[in-house]
Amino acid sequence: MASHMTDSIQPEKRQSLTQKFANPTRFMALSGQVLPWSLIAAACLISYALYLVFFVAPDDYQQGQTVKIMYIHVPAAWLAMMAYGVVAVSSFGLLVFRHPLADVSAKAAVPIGAAFTLIALITGSLWGKPMWGTYWVWDARLTSVLMLFFLYLGLMTLRSSIEDELLASRLTAILALVGVILLPIIKFSVDWWNTLHQPSTGFTSSVHSSMRTPLLISAVGFTLLFFSMHLKAMRNEILRRRVKTLTLAEVDRQSRG
Amino acid sequence: MDLGQHASFIWASYGALILVLLALGLWLVLDGRRYQRALKDFEERGIKRTSGSSPVGSTD
Amino acid sequence: MTAFFRLVVRDLELAFRDGGALGTALGFFLMVVAMMPLGLGPDLNLLSKLAPGILWIALLLSALLSLPRMFESDFDDGALEVIAMGPLPLELIVIAKATAHWLTTGLPLVLLAPVLGLLLNLDLASAPLLVTAMILGTPAISFLGAIGAALTLKAKRSGLLLALLVLPLYVPTLIFGISALTNQILNTGGAGSSLMILSAVSLFALVLGPIASAAALRAQMQ
Repeated sequence: MASHMTDSIQPEKRQSLTQKFANPTRFMALSGQVLPWSLIAAACLISYALYLVFFVAPDDYQQGQTVKIMYIHVPAAWLAMMAYGVVAVSSFGLLVFRHPLADVSAKAAVPIGAAFTLIALITGSLWGKPMWGTYWVWDARLTSVLMLFFLYLGLMTLRSSIEDELLASRLTAILALVGVILLPIIKFSVDWWNTLHQPSTGFTSSVHSSMRTPLLISAVGFTLLFFSMHLKAMRNEILRRRVKTLTLAEVDRQSRG
Repeated sequence: MDLGQHASFIWASYGALILVLLALGLWLVLDGRRYQRALKDFEERGIKRTSGSSPVGSTD
Repeated sequence: MTAFFRLVVRDLELAFRDGGALGTALGFFLMVVAMMPLGLGPDLNLLSKLAPGILWIALLLSALLSLPRMFESDFDDGALEVIAMGPLPLELIVIAKATAHWLTTGLPLVLLAPVLGLLLNLDLASAPLLVTAMILGTPAISFLGAIGAALTLKAKRSGLLLALLVLPLYVPTLIFGISALTNQILNTGGAGSSLMILSAVSLFALVLGPIASAAALRAQMQ
C-alpha cells in the first residue's frame, strides 16, 4: 500500500540506526542496556538544573521569582513539539518503509508527548497568572500548544476506537502525518490571529546567560527523560504484543485441542 | 530560599510537573510489570515463544 | 473526466433523494444560531459584534454533522469498492465525494447564513463579505472533513471522534474567515488579504484532503 504521503525527509543517520534496531529482539536487548544509563543521566541533569534554578540563578529583573517556572515550561513545550516529531517520523517510517518498530515507536511516543503538552499548558497558564494577571491568555504560543494537545487526543482516541490493530496503526499514522503537515499552518494562523488582538508578548524576557545555562541543562535533562520513557514505552508495547500473540495461540490451541 | 509573593504559582507548577511525570512513570512501570508477569506465566506453562521468529512481525 | 462528473451527479442525486441530510444540517444550523442569543443575552449591539463568529462556528458544526455520510453509505454496501475498481483513482473519487458534500451541504448552509444573521442583528452591509468568505472557506471544511470521515469509517462512536479529529484542522479556516469580517468592520481594508489566505487554505485542503483520505480508504478496504 504505497501511500503518496510526502513528508519531511527521513534523516539519513537515523535511517541506519533504525535499521540496526529493526529486529525487536535485538531492540529489547539494546534498549535494556541503554535504558538505565539514560535514566540516571536524565535524573542527574534535571536535579543539577533544579539546584541551579533554586539556589544559584538570579531572579529575572522583571518577573522576579516566577521566572523559575520557565525552567520547566520551556523544556516541556519543546518536548511536546519534539515528541510529535518522533510520532511523525515513526508514522512516516510505518507508512512508507513498513519498518517493524515504527508503529511501536509512534504508539509509545503519543501518550508521553501528550503528557508533556499538558505540563506545558499547566505551567504556561500558572506562569501567565503572575505575569499577565489571568490564568489563560489567548497568546499565540499557548493556543497552538493547545491545538497540539487536541491532535494528541485525536491520535489516542482514534487508535483506541478501532479494533483491528493493524488498521488502527495505519490510520493513526495517516492522521499523524496530516497533523504534522497542518501544524505549521495552524501555528501561522494562530500567530496571525493573535497579532490582530494584542501583540504577542515575548514569552521569555531576554534570557541572561546565567539563566540560560540552567535552562539548557534542564532541557537536555528532560529530553533524556523523554527518550528513556519512550524506550520504556516501546519495550512495554513489544511485551504486550508478545503476550497477545501467545494468548491468541493458546486460545487457538484450546479450540483445536 | 524565599520565593517571593508568587511562591504558590512556582510550587503549583513544579507540583504539576512532578504529578504528571509520576503518573507517567507509574503507568510505564506497572504496564511493563504486568506484561512481564503474563509472559512468565506463559513460560511456566511451557509455552515457549517460537524463538527467532519475532512475534511483533507475526502480529503485523 | 466524464466518469468524475457522473460520480458527482450520482452523489448529488443521492443527496437530494434523501433530503433529510440537508434538512438536519440546516435545522441544526438554525438551532445553534437561535440558541446563542439565549445564552449571550438579547443585547443587540453585542450580538451584531459576535454575529460573524457565531455564524462561522455554527456553520462548522453543522457541516460536521453530515461528514460521516460522505463515505459510509457507499462503504457499507460495497459500492465504494466497485467504484474504486473503476477508471477513477481513489483520490479523484474522494474529490468527487467531497465536492458533492460541499454542494449539498456547504453551499446551502452558506446561503442560509445571512438569513440567520438577521437573528443576530448582523448588519446587512457586511453580509456579502460574509457570504464570500464562507464560499471561499467551506471547501476546506468538506475536503479536510473527508479525511476525518475516511479515518473514522470503522471506528466506534465515529461521530464524536470525527469532531475531535477534524475541528483542530478547521482552525485556519475559522480564523481567516472571521478576520475577513473584523478587518472590514475595522475598515482597515485588510479583508482582501484574509480572503486570499482563506482561499489558499482551501486550495491546500483540496490537495491534502484527497491524498490523505485516499490513503485512509485504501487502508480501510484492505
